[in-house]
Amino acid sequence: MSVATPSGQTALDVDDLHVSFGNARRGSLIRAVDGVSFSVRKGEIFGVIGESGSGKSTLGRCLVGLLSPSGGGVLHDGVDPFKFSRRELNRHRRKYQIVSQDPNAAFDPRMTILQSICEPLNIAGEGTKAERREKAFAMLDRVSLAPEMANRYPHEISGGQKQRANIARALMLDPNVIVCDEVVAALDVSIQADMLNLFARLQEQFGLTYVFISHDLRVVSHISDRVAVMYFGKIVEFGPAHAVIETPLHPYTEALRSAEPEIDPAAADARQRIILQGEIPSAIAPPGGCRFHTRCPRVRDICRTEEPRQREMLPGRHVACHFAEEMLGEKERRGLGPAGGNGGDHVAPATNALT
Amino acid sequence: MQQLAETTVAGQDTLLDIQNLTLSLRDQSGWVEVLNNVSLSVKPKEILGVVGESGCGKSMTALSILRLLPPRDSRLGGNIMFGGQNLAACSESQMNRIRGRHISMIFQEPMSALDPVFTVGYQIEETLRRHFKIDRREAAERAVAALDSVGIASPRHVATLYPMNLSGGMRQRVMIAMALVCEPRLLIADEPTTALDVTIQAQIMDLLLGLADRTGTAIMFITHNLGLVAQSCHRMVTMYAGQVVEGGPVKDVIAGPRHPYTAGLLHSIPDSNRARGTLPSIAGRVPSLRHMPKGCRFGPRCSYSMQPCELPQSIENEGVENIVRREVRCNRWEELELRGVGA
Repeated sequence: MSVATPSGQTALDVDDLHVSFGNARRGSLIRAVDGVSFSVRKGEIFGVIGESGSGKSTLGRCLVGLLSPSGGGVLHDGVDPFKFSRRELNRHRRKYQIVSQDPNAAFDPRMTILQSICEPLNIAGEGTKAERREKAFAMLDRVSLAPEMANRYPHEISGGQKQRANIARALMLDPNVIVCDEVVAALDVSIQADMLNLFARLQEQFGLTYVFISHDLRVVSHISDRVAVMYFGKIVEFGPAHAVIETPLHPYTEALRSAEPEIDPAAADARQRIILQGEIPSAIAPPGGCRFHTRCPRVRDICRTEEPRQREMLPGRHVACHFAEEMLGEKERRGLGPAGGNGGDHVAPATNALT
Repeated sequence: MQQLAETTVAGQDTLLDIQNLTLSLRDQSGWVEVLNNVSLSVKPKEILGVVGESGCGKSMTALSILRLLPPRDSRLGGNIMFGGQNLAACSESQMNRIRGRHISMIFQEPMSALDPVFTVGYQIEETLRRHFKIDRREAAERAVAALDSVGIASPRHVATLYPMNLSGGMRQRVMIAMALVCEPRLLIADEPTTALDVTIQAQIMDLLLGLADRTGTAIMFITHNLGLVAQSCHRMVTMYAGQVVEGGPVKDVIAGPRHPYTAGLLHSIPDSNRARGTLPSIAGRVPSLRHMPKGCRFGPRCSYSMQPCELPQSIENEGVENIVRREVRCNRWEELELRGVGA
């Protein structure tokens, strides 16, 4: 492996990343990820929120080297994985694992859970057969699966149990980074709560770094330190999880927050409801200017022609909207904002997140 | 979504009254009981939320009402009273006059509910022509009007498209248009927004509730999303392992749940206002239908389980005269002080 640049504290560095599919000459080029930059510190949980079609899964797959960037790059702990040969890349990405949404599609129906969990070690050629089995049983224990599950086939266990086994398998090669792509979306709420607790516990035990991708604002904001909100291939806002969710500075984040059904009747009454019109536009012909302008409740002329620049509005809070300053002003006046009222506790994490 | 006052629906006659519904299904290994003594009612114009984890019998209740279960491999017991008729005893031809006309249903996955080989306009016309004596031209006009009413921008064009040409949100709009075109008295919506993005979910819920309000349709809204229930329903029932375990006005149940299962569901949802940390969760899983616990079916997962829980639990009602206000299937409910949300 090549020598790591002395980055030290970041597990992932994403710089102006582009991932495209299709063919530009035939007019079918889809820019799934279109100029995304952020970095994830070691031991951090970085959340990515977005609707279907926002490019969040493509981003996740590119982060672990399953897709190659068509522009820009990703550094793994200072190392560029896409410079490696096929063989070196396969060795390198053992430390960068992905767990995906559907546990039913993640297992070979003809292998027992134990065989599936041992598979990564078989491929990596690590240890003797007995050692692999021993490690597999230890991992099953870590994810709270009973040892008797090991000899079952995927169809014999529940969705929640399968997702646990899926995580156990991702942990077998002692990864540094795990990309979790909609890992709880297919599960019932009570099981989902269990899984979120498990993810938090494993993170502490193994010192893992997560990129936690989900469409569910509650899930992402519960587990993450920082979050990025994606729309149509771009990050529209990112910053400390609590601050972004509670005082959004981008109209899209604000709309997402408001679309989330509220259980507490008092909180629901206090909230202004924004219902976005329309759907995510066609990926082949993205709208000019700001990509959100076709659905944005605050749209003005400038949005149709000029793409907003991403800028730091508050320490650690980056927003790409022409009216971010205006929104910040409104929030401050209402006393909800990070700079006013009870906002003192919002500023603290925002500053900490930078250092 | 509009907040309808609870009083607007109180004290009216019931539209749908399910009494002691039991359902058994047959598979390779024999008969198994799927629903046990389910009783619930929907009043005209009311929106009733039915919540619970997967495998609790929510969808089975819906399919029983419309009698959409395989006749040879299912056995229904109890009464399903709707407009003076017992649906559990209706013939297939009687049911055909009710389905789509007086009771219609929206499913979670619109792609599998729409026929891929017919245009969406044709599928709406078919529903109309089945129930009303109108010619094709008039049916086509009404189909276009229905598509227009669900907020589809160019309804005349969309009517000529096939389901595969539409996005998930558009398909669900078509399903709603089709379900409401005959202005039924009851709409059963089974997880209508689960497959959609949150911003689309908000659009669809808004549309559904607005249209139902206009046509005076009552909704039985099946979902696992308690937030949606809190926002849109008047009353709710919680189902667990084929039984109704709690019921009452939504606001009361959320502020003060009486069954530990309802309380567990309420608290396992991550809340951005609450500090990060361990989420309360419900240990274990829904019991298998063939191995139901003898006493309280929730007992093995319940943190309040004690001796009286080994006895079968009956549902207790609280109400004035014959109007049931709240009900709970837990022998210990009066001793427990369960925390709600808000209040």
